[in-house]
Amino acid sequence: MDDLLLNQFLLLGAVLFCLGVYGVIARRNAVLVLMSIELILNAVNINLIAFGAMHGSVAGSVFALFVIAIAAAEVGVGLAIVLLIYRNRRSVDLDDMAEMKG
Amino acid sequence: MVAQNIFFFVIAAAIVYSGLRVVTSPNVVHAALHLVVVLAAVAAQYILLAAEFVAATQVLVYIGAIVVLFLFGIMLTRAKIGRDQDLTHQGWIGGAVTALVLFGVMAYALLDEYGWSETPVPADPRIASVNGSNTATVSDSIFSAYLVPFEAVSVLLLAALVGAIVLARKD
Repeated sequence: MDDLLLNQFLLLGAVLFCLGVYGVIARRNAVLVLMSIELILNAVNINLIAFGAMHGSVAGSVFALFVIAIAAAEVGVGLAIVLLIYRNRRSVDLDDMAEMKG
Repeated sequence: MVAQNIFFFVIAAAIVYSGLRVVTSPNVVHAALHLVVVLAAVAAQYILLAAEFVAATQVLVYIGAIVVLFLFGIMLTRAKIGRDQDLTHQGWIGGAVTALVLFGVMAYALLDEYGWSETPVPADPRIASVNGSNTATVSDSIFSAYLVPFEAVSVLLLAALVGAIVLARKD
């Protein structure tokens, strides 16, 4: 095992993805949930680049760039929403936002 | 090649440790700073995979812009700067079980499909390069085959910018 293998990148991506999923479920602060979503998007990017390198194609890099651009847009809008919630309720605790609960 | 593997595992250890700290740290600011480590280490993995332009973009956009946005968000929502025990949900153990089961399923599927010895990443994955660098190929590709998605992303960024201003401004 002295070559870079595809699978070690994919498994690293899986670990990072699961850490992100744990963060989204377990965190109560809305800003920390957004950070966990960034972890998930980075895991996806690692997979895209690894597959692109394996197939000798540049498409993986291009799609990773698109994901980065969309992550920037998502964080901008997400933090604006969090800010609005904070302004209305003086709290960003996700447990307090249960009005839609059945 | 052995050196690349050593670097891979060192960087992967940094990613896993700092990622754990992002989702478990009792201090919001520490979580954001550990996120910086994760993002920088992921950029290093991109360089190992010879995607240097994506690595540069990762550093510029993620570490330069997104983390700063997060720090502003932490500041403006006046989260406690010190330790805060309330950051983690009571039912975190369910989240941990979900993540572990998900990882088990994904690891099983990956090992079953790709194994340990097959499909090595090419020793020099430089792709039919124009000037000996990947960046020229990426830019050629963006402005030819992927031009329409690229313009769509531009419009999306503009819409997100306008939307964020409309949402966050005080009336």
